[in-house]
Order: sequence, then structure tokens, then C-alpha cells
Amino acid sequence: MDKLKSVIIKFKSLIGLLALCVIISIITPRFLNVNNLLNVLTQVSVNAVIAIGMSYVILTGGIDLSVGSILAITGAISAAIIVKSNNVFLAIIVAIIIGALIGGFNGIIVSKGKIQPFIVTLAAMTIFRGVTYVYTNGTPISSLGRDFTFIGNAKVLGIPFPVIITLIVFLIAYYIINETRFGRYVYALGGNEDSTRLSGINTDRIKMIVYVVSGIAAAISGVIVTSRIGSASPNAGSGYELDAIAAVVLGGTSLSGGEGSITGTIIGAMIIGVLNNGLNLMNVSPFYQSIVKGLVILLAVLIDKRNKK
Amino acid sequence: MQEKMPILEMKNISKSFPGVRALSDVNLRAFSGEVMALLGENGAGKSTLMKILSGVYKRDEGSIKIEGREVEINNIKDAQNLGISIIHQELSLLPNLTIYENLFLGNEILGGFKLNKREMIKKSEELLKSFDFTVSPKTLTKELTVGEMQMVEIIKAVSKDAKIIIMDEPTTALTEVETEKLFKIIERLKNNNVAIIYISHRMEEIFKICDKITVLRDGSFIGEEDVKGITKDKLISMMVGRKLEEQFPRIETKIGNSILKVENISWKDKIKDVSFELKEGEILGIAGLMGSGRTEVAKLIFGEYKKSSGQVFIEGKKAEINSPKDGIREGIAYLSEDRKKEGLILKLSVLENMTLSNLKKYENKVKRIDRSKELEDCKAYTKKLLIKTSSPNQLIKNLSGGNQQKVIIAKWLLTSPKVFIIDEPTRGIDVGAKKEIYQILNELKAQGKGIIMISSDMEEILGVSDRILVMHEGRITGEIERDKANQEIIMKYAVGITD
Ligand SMILES: Nc1ncnc2c1ncn2[C@@H]1O[C@H](COP(=O)(O)OP(=O)(O)OP(=O)(O)O)[C@@H](O)[C@H]1O
Ligand SMILES: [Mg+2]
Repeated sequence: MDKLKSVIIKFKSLIGLLALCVIISIITPRFLNVNNLLNVLTQVSVNAVIAIGMSYVILTGGIDLSVGSILAITGAISAAIIVKSNNVFLAIIVAIIIGALIGGFNGIIVSKGKIQPFIVTLAAMTIFRGVTYVYTNGTPISSLGRDFTFIGNAKVLGIPFPVIITLIVFLIAYYIINETRFGRYVYALGGNEDSTRLSGINTDRIKMIVYVVSGIAAAISGVIVTSRIGSASPNAGSGYELDAIAAVVLGGTSLSGGEGSITGTIIGAMIIGVLNNGLNLMNVSPFYQSIVKGLVILLAVLIDKRNKK
Repeated sequence: MQEKMPILEMKNISKSFPGVRALSDVNLRAFSGEVMALLGENGAGKSTLMKILSGVYKRDEGSIKIEGREVEINNIKDAQNLGISIIHQELSLLPNLTIYENLFLGNEILGGFKLNKREMIKKSEELLKSFDFTVSPKTLTKELTVGEMQMVEIIKAVSKDAKIIIMDEPTTALTEVETEKLFKIIERLKNNNVAIIYISHRMEEIFKICDKITVLRDGSFIGEEDVKGITKDKLISMMVGRKLEEQFPRIETKIGNSILKVENISWKDKIKDVSFELKEGEILGIAGLMGSGRTEVAKLIFGEYKKSSGQVFIEGKKAEINSPKDGIREGIAYLSEDRKKEGLILKLSVLENMTLSNLKKYENKVKRIDRSKELEDCKAYTKKLLIKTSSPNQLIKNLSGGNQQKVIIAKWLLTSPKVFIIDEPTRGIDVGAKKEIYQILNELKAQGKGIIMISSDMEEILGVSDRILVMHEGRITGEIERDKANQEIIMKYAVGITD
């Protein structure tokens, strides 16, 4: 009995996701269908990649509100590079570097400036949204060549390319957080900063790196979104930080840091994606969708809290 | 003579956690106006039993009677209503609140709809004063030292007009002077007919203030006795199930070259011009009252604090130490006196806590942590230090206080330090394991390592050190060789009298 209970608790996010799938497929037969499922996965991928980066930050006890703006600016810059040179490789590399730099900016101010991550990244979110408007002059950058739109739209062996990218990002992130020294330090830092520092760990450096990771993840999403749509909108990614945080929390990671998992985050992102898709298939109006999503998040966190007791 | 009726009677109490049977069929009684000591090794189940009594945990089996009447205690509020008050082993004050806010937490005084702060501050002032505690009630709790926090916690518990007060290792963070204060408080409570349940690993305290003892071993009830007529040896054998030879085993080693030299270090206005030398194969004890700057000196050497001036030499070479990371690289280990705040990572497992300072050692070529190697070391030290845990993967927060301390000691031993600075090493550790730790210090000594032991436990300082430094208000006021040391000389220097 106890065994069963602990298994249920361990896999609760996954059980929640499966239950959700079952309910939706009972209500609408259009859900369980290869094309639709691949479609869901593609839609989930953008949020999933951002949420993986976000997990690193949240595990240290921080938060990154600037990911949506990083997505927009890196998307715009990569689009501009494509328009100028059609050099896909350069566009991706530059996007990632910019994402890392903005993350580094957040990280330095959080660790050295000792300012709360919420405030730092809130400011960064506003600043880089503004930078994106200035850079794009407020208009979308479009007509990006086939070479570039391939990333967001092609399929390899029947699997959408963004899904493959997400899978690769997940595997790398999973390995680092679970198998390496750095990963252990991330959990330690989130659990108790003083103890971690006194254990001889450069906590400022760990903090700095997690924001860089989050920035890179947002940049990867920026490239995916831009190439999928074939155009970089200065409004792209706004509100995405909230979806990412929701995915992390649904995955069972504690906002106070120190406990949670990347696998949980992926499942959390899928729950949000499946819910969106299901509500769309059921023709629920977007107004109500928002309400339902909010309620699901609350419910999930409440259940989590009860189990921990 | 008819025996007095116990105010509290816990009978056949059992409690299990996943994978551990913490208590089985345990009995405990307490009497008004008396102190009942609750004794046992680390992990024997003392805190668990008290958490059941104070409503933190629910018992699996057994009954609780108060004043002869059977009661149900389902939560903390129930316990409070029954007149039970507890001082927890782990500090539970809120660091971001002031002393008075902590004292009145949950029992705030209201003036209409809003808090009557003036009244609360005034009452707190009186309360603190009645306990000879001269700190402003408006001080933020996090600015207090561990010992001061403990005093606030004690004052909070006894100010509630409880009939039964539980004290779970109240003196671990206190210095002698404060411990004396606490004993006065206990006398006062006894005269007011309060029943006290007192948990401690310090034998001399038991004989000084307790009337009866109850002993637990491995979650089982061993017996209840009067303190009068029991010997220390009998007590220890009840606790550990065997006889314990010599509490402070000693070995003579050849004192070698200088391993650490501290020259004129100062820090803010707290540490003034501290210089000393530590040699290979030596245990240097640092004594002093709370707040005398001992911990600060340790943290300055280790790199947690930045020196205002002065230098540190390791094996004759000048060392640049600006962070704990540098400190560890130079071969220094620092075990903090405050394990919860500066030692443990509660959300991680026993194994993860133990290897944290030393993870590099377990990395393989692809930068992956070799779990099996970690496990090997963890198991070895679990055995060596007699750590009681259901598994290496158990969360450290589920270990008993003394066992947590042992994990932290293991963590620093794993870094194989040249200089081992230990701040109150045996706080909350049972008699058997204490000896184990002294033996480990002796082993390090024999290997030619240098050890600095900061301790407020006079017996320990006298029993273990080869040489003793005494600090007072940020200065070293005395240095004593082992054979000339005694309590009087140490106290003399500790209060600032120099010759
Ligand atoms: N929440 C918990 N989950 C799992 N095991 C627990 C939990 N709390 C206590 N234990 C286990 O129960 C046993 C008794 O622990 P307890 O804290 O009561 O010991 P103690 O006698 O107070 O020891 P100490 O002197 O070290 O404080 C230990 O083996 C401990 O690991
Ligand atoms: Mg205990």
C-alpha cells in the first residue's frame, strides 16, 4: 500500500498528463490521431525548451521573467541576418550568443549586485522588449528563405524538427543536472546558499551560469518560433515566461528552489500543450481556455502540496 | 510513601516512518515540579517522542494521559491548549522578524483591529529583563548569535504559562554563563510546579538539575530511574548498552612543523590583532565566551569573511584566501557551529550532503559523477561514525540532530584537510559517538594534521586540546599549555583578565 502510494506520488505529473489525455480523447475523438499528436508536440516544443532553461533558474531559487523578450530579440536578430546574408548557421550562432549575453547580464546583476531575480529579470524583460521594438522599428521582419524556415517546419523520419531539437535540449539538460557536479551544485544552491558557499562552491558563478542557460534556451526557442512562422514579430514571445513557469511548477519543481526535476518540467509543458489542444478541439473560446488553464495549475499545485505533507 | 501522580503519562507509544521504526512501545511519565530527563543515543527516538507529545507527529499506537485523563493530540494547537510547550532541537524562530514579533507570534496583542506594538514591545522588554537578557526586543532575530536565539526560544516557551515544558537539547548552543541562566529558569519553573522534560547529551547537566531519568535505546523503552542513587556509568550503559571506557582517549604525538600561522589579523571592530601558530600533530583548543570572536577568527582563516588586515601562512607560505573555495584549496576545512544554517542542505540526501565539498574527486573523464564511488565513501563513513540512517539516499532532514552533525563531520573529513577547524564539533552528539569523534581527531593528529577546536564545553576543551587559546572581545587574552590548564585559568582569561 505504502509502496503504491509512493509510486503514485513519484509519477504524479505523468499520471496527471495521462489522465488528461484519456479525458480529452473521450470527449473528442479527434485528439488521438497521429497528426494531431505531432502537432501538439510541435506546439509544446517552444515552451518546453524555454521551461527547461527556466527550471535551472528556479532550481537555484531564482526566476527569469525576461525569456519572452530574449525570444523576441534573438528571433529578430536571426531574421535580420537571414534577410542580409541567408547564412542559417550564422543566424543561429548569433542568436544563441545574444541569448547567453542577456542571461549573463541578468546573472551578474543577480549574483554580484545581490538584487532579487524577480526585479532584475522584470527590468530585463522590459528593456529587451524595448530594444526589440527599436531594432525592428516595430514591424515584423519577414520573407525568410526556405533554408531557414526548414528548422521550424521540416520533418525528419516523420518527426517535426522542433520536436527533435527539444529532445536534444532535454537530453543535454537532463545529463547536466543529474549527472554532473554543476547539476548537484544547482540543487545545493537552491536548498541552502550559505551551506553551499561554505562547502567551497562558488555560488555566484553557479547563479550566473543558470541565467546564461535560461538565455540560451530562450534564444533556441526564438529561432524555432521565427523559422516556424517565417517572420520575426517584435511582439513574439510576450507572456511566454508565464507558460514556462507554469510548466516548471506543474512538473513539481518548488519555486523556493532545491527540489524538482527536468523530466517533470517536460511533462508540465506537455500538460499545458495537451490542455490547449484539447480545449481548441472542443471549440472552447480562448476566454474560457485561459480560465481553465489557470484553474488546472492551481489544482495541480494544491494536490502537490497535500502529498508533500 | 505513596507515589506522586504523574501529570503526564505516555504509554506504549509506537511510531514508524517509511523504512524506520522510530519508537516501539515507549513509556514516559512527567511529574509537576520535577525535571524528567529523557536520554538515549543519537537516533534513539527522543525528539520523535516529544514531537508526538507536542502535536507535530501523530502516534501510530499508544495512549497519552494528562492529569489522569486520556487525551488526543492531533496538532500543535491541541498540545498548546493542554498546556504543553516545547523548545525544539532545531531553532524555529523566524529570522526576518524581530524578537518581540517572534515572542508574540500567534498570540499577538491587538488594540482594536491593529497590532498593539507598543504593548508587545513593553511586555517583551519586561520578559527579557526578567531573564537577565539585555537585548532590545526590536532586534531582528537573524542578527542574534545562535546562543541568543536559543535564549529567545526558551523565553518564548516558558512565557506561555505551560504545565509541561519540553526542552529538546536546549543547551547545545549555549555557553556556560547562559546555561547557568537556564538552570535558574528551570529552578523557578519547578517552584511554580511546572513539569519539565529535559533532553540532553551532557551528563553533568542531568545530575545537576534532573530528578528522574527515562532512557530510550533504538526506539525502545529501557527504564525509568531516580537520579538519586544512579551512577554515571550505570546511566551510560543503559543508554549505549555497554560500558564506555575513558571519555577522552588521548594519544601523544610528535608536534611537527608549523602548518598554519596567523599574523595580526583584524576584522571590522570585532577582531583585533589576532596572531597564533598551529603545528602538525597538534590540537589547538580555542575557548572563550559566546561572542568573543572565536567563530569570526575561524571564518577569517577559511575565507568566508575578508580580513581588514593581517596574513595567513600555510606551511610557511603566504596564502591568499578570499573565499571558502580558496580555503578548501589551501587544505583548510571549516565545520560551522550552526549546522542547519551553515552546514546542511536539508532538501538533499545524506549522500549528497556528505560528498558536496569533495565532488570533484568523483568525476570521471566525461565529467560524470561516479555514483558507485560516492556510495562507497558514504557507506564507509556511515559505518565509521556510527551514523544512523535508513539509507544513503534518505533526506538528511529526516535524520536525528546528532546524526546530521555526524554527516557534516564526515563531509569535511572527506576533503582530507591539512588544517581542520571545527567549531563546537560535538554539539548534540551522544556520549558514545563523542568518543568516536575524539578518536578521529586523534587519528588526524597522528597523521600530522593540524586541528583547531573551538568549543564552549569546558570538559572537552580540557580533555582534548594540546594547547589552549582563550579569547575575549576579539583578542587572544591567554595561551595555556595542556598540563597547566584548568577551568579557573580559562575562565579568568575568558572574562578578560590577563596577567
Ligand atoms: N520524518 C522522518 N522521516 C523518516 N525518519 C525519521 C523522521 N524523523 C525521525 N526519523 C528517524 O527516527 C529515528 C529517531 O529520530 P529522533 O530524531 O527521534 O532521534 P533523537 O533521539 O532525538 O536523536 P538525537 O539525539 O540525535 O537528536 C532516527 O532513526 C531518525 O532517522
Ligand atoms: Mg533529537
